[in-house]
Amino acid sequence: MRGNLVVGAALVGLVVVTALVSLLWTPLDPQAVDASVRLLGPTPEHLLGTDKFGRDVFSQLMVGAQTTLYVGIIAVGLAAAVGVPLGVLAAMGPRWLGELVMRTSDLVLAFPALLLAIMLAAVYGASTLTAMIAIGVATVPAFARVARAGTLQVLSREYTLAARAGGRSRWWIAWRHVLPNISGMVVVQASVSFAMAVLAEAALSFLGFGTAPPTPSWGRMLQESQELLAVDARLALVPGLAIAAVVLGFNLLGDGLRDRFDPRLEARR
Amino acid sequence: MTAAERVAGGGSPAVAIARRFGILVVSVAVASVVVFAFMAVLPGDPAQVALGVNATPELVERTRQEFGLDRPLVAQYLDWVGGVLTGDFGTSYVTKEAIGPQLLDRLGVTLWLVGAGMLVALLIAVPTGIVAAVRHRRPSGVVVSAASQVGVAVPAFLAAIILVQVFAVQLGWLPSGGWTPPAYDAGAWLRGLILPAVSLGLVQGAVLTRYVRSAVLDVQREDFLRTARAKGLRPYPALVRHGLRNAAVPVVTVLGVQLATLLVGAVVIERVFVLPGLGSMLLDSVAARDLLAVQGIVLVLVVGVLLVNFLVDVLYTVLDPRLRRS
Amino acid sequence: MSERARPQGHLGGVECNQSAPGGTGAAALLSVDGLSITHGETALVDDVSFRIAPGERVGLIGASGSGKSLTASAIMGLLPDGLSASGSVTLRGQQLLGGSERELSRLRGKDIGMVFQEPMTALNPAMRIGRQVAEALTIHGTSRRRATDRARELLDRVGLPERTARAYPHELSGGQRQRVLLTIALANDPALLICDEPTTALDVTVQAQVLDLVAEGVRDRGSALLFITHDLAVIASVCERVLVCCDGRIVEEGPVATVLSEPGHDYTRRLLEAAL
Repeated sequence: MRGNLVVGAALVGLVVVTALVSLLWTPLDPQAVDASVRLLGPTPEHLLGTDKFGRDVFSQLMVGAQTTLYVGIIAVGLAAAVGVPLGVLAAMGPRWLGELVMRTSDLVLAFPALLLAIMLAAVYGASTLTAMIAIGVATVPAFARVARAGTLQVLSREYTLAARAGGRSRWWIAWRHVLPNISGMVVVQASVSFAMAVLAEAALSFLGFGTAPPTPSWGRMLQESQELLAVDARLALVPGLAIAAVVLGFNLLGDGLRDRFDPRLEARR
Repeated sequence: MTAAERVAGGGSPAVAIARRFGILVVSVAVASVVVFAFMAVLPGDPAQVALGVNATPELVERTRQEFGLDRPLVAQYLDWVGGVLTGDFGTSYVTKEAIGPQLLDRLGVTLWLVGAGMLVALLIAVPTGIVAAVRHRRPSGVVVSAASQVGVAVPAFLAAIILVQVFAVQLGWLPSGGWTPPAYDAGAWLRGLILPAVSLGLVQGAVLTRYVRSAVLDVQREDFLRTARAKGLRPYPALVRHGLRNAAVPVVTVLGVQLATLLVGAVVIERVFVLPGLGSMLLDSVAARDLLAVQGIVLVLVVGVLLVNFLVDVLYTVLDPRLRRS
Repeated sequence: MSERARPQGHLGGVECNQSAPGGTGAAALLSVDGLSITHGETALVDDVSFRIAPGERVGLIGASGSGKSLTASAIMGLLPDGLSASGSVTLRGQQLLGGSERELSRLRGKDIGMVFQEPMTALNPAMRIGRQVAEALTIHGTSRRRATDRARELLDRVGLPERTARAYPHELSGGQRQRVLLTIALANDPALLICDEPTTALDVTVQAQVLDLVAEGVRDRGSALLFITHDLAVIASVCERVLVCCDGRIVEEGPVATVLSEPGHDYTRRLLEAAL
């Protein structure tokens, strides 16, 4: 459905614009503590009110978008940069290599992002970096699988058979035929993985294993709001809905792109 | 390669399952090495980590000797794995207590939570997914699939926070946290389990709904469903008798992935509801810098995931007779 | 209900001009009157009328996409989503078109049996053959035990070995599966059997066996037959009367011998030429 693509792109676009704007401008300093305006409801000055330290929630939310996108981009970028070549290699290389890559990716799948991040944090201490690396590593198998499946499909098509028969090298075929043809699937996977990365980052920050204070992060805003729930649910709802909106956006974008790239599936979604 | 292909790959079902079991054993062995290496080889001596930066070198050295950390890594690994195989996860560097019994105790809580969460997810996903598929051209079907799309995007801890706010704080129907062992007071245990299980299961239920829907949509297009209708079966009975078992094959794969997700998701939910499960033990151990305990818990969780994957593959052969003989 | 694209495409290449068909029969078992099937604005079957008398064997012939499979689906009340039918279809005077699901499901498999084109996918892969045959009986009121025994007898009657009942579909060949489907369709001795290109997906020797079983099955039961195909030779060997379908209309009908020897319509003539 076209609707998926439009709504998804709009939500993702909104977050990207918010993050970009927050680089240059926020209504107030998101880290400015002011005990005189603690736990304020929405006012013209504080559009979404203030938190328990008197910080402006709206400004925090804007800067938090940066953290979310930053973690997602690095984690998904890392996963794609490692996973896609591995997947192509697994499909085109010798049999044992393919077997090795797939078995390894099965094993990595047994270490979910959250667990890896906690392990890393246990040894190195928690930071945005450990969160990104953990999410990235845990996402590599997803890209490797998609790339391998796509490559096998491309390799069975006539034009690649013709190119092979014409004596073209493997790498020429990989560059010329495989990569362009699997790029659509990889983009779809990236969108879906991004959504998962955002969720994982939020969960980690919520547990205190993500971005360290005072850098604003939606997951941590949620965590800090927890003890104040009975007093003011707004503090939990604002970052919570922001997370849900971004995840929804990337999921819809992924679905929309999938329909775009593979119209046969359209009726099913 | 899908799990189904892997199982179908070789000869009789017994051989296929035996081979899959072999893969499980190797995976568990490799995973144990990875977990050990991760904790032992990386910088930061476990004793130093446990004692903190202010500990004197003498104290660190004495602790190292006490826990055998001065021995070669291979010996340490074999010692650890040997112990784990007999249920001995070692002695905590921090509390100086045996890790195994506590771990087992905590695992029980987590398994209850994951099991109940999965049940909630299935109770939501199977009926909703089927209805959404059967009515996919009608408004009700479209609403269900849109709702599941939104549900997928809600983090489990957000669902937990909202549920606590509504059902514990506002309405006061259920406790907002804490754990009563089932043997102690079954009623209190169940009441305490509901909110965590629903928080965990709600989101996974939304994810699962989408897969059930698409599996049922696929199966509805199958010729054998038309044959069933031509025999005189009405739409729902035809789907139930002929469709569901076939639709179950792709759904079971997702179920396996989901169980793994639930196992890890439980870490977060246990924190919100202050449940004494494996997840909160993991977080406490990390906070206490108790690396040996972290190592043991991570191993248990990873083996749990590997075990679920194995069971899913075995389940395939049961569900799909085409895979039984080849 | 898509039909197979055939590599030669002889029939597909033949053009036709439409003219109104005639043909009536007294005391018809099945009457189709002014049946039209539309997808949105497009008419896929346009004002089709014909009758089938009890025990009569009628062939419906036409190119791929001429609407013959849809006609059969409409009679069964199993049109794919998004298609709608108008007109009238009656079985022994009972209106089928627009009938409730409850009424139709009582008729399906009991009074009208149907065999589809694709035997490889028409059986449930996760259920034993015996149960799939027995189910056709239990749905319409036979006790489970009686149905199980009867299923074995029926399978035996189409020449399938005894162990077939315990087998899963993937263990059978295409021809064997089509026999199973025929057994299911005939299990309740229906008054009408509809076969939609039942032999197209099979190889030639197996085709002949299945055709014989179809002919034998309807003869033994005194059932009427509506046989849909694009193959003139098949019509000649099984049917008494033939309807020629082109672009969603019936352009000619009559006894097989007459139509094949003295085709009245231009389209039929070209069909014959293409087949020779």
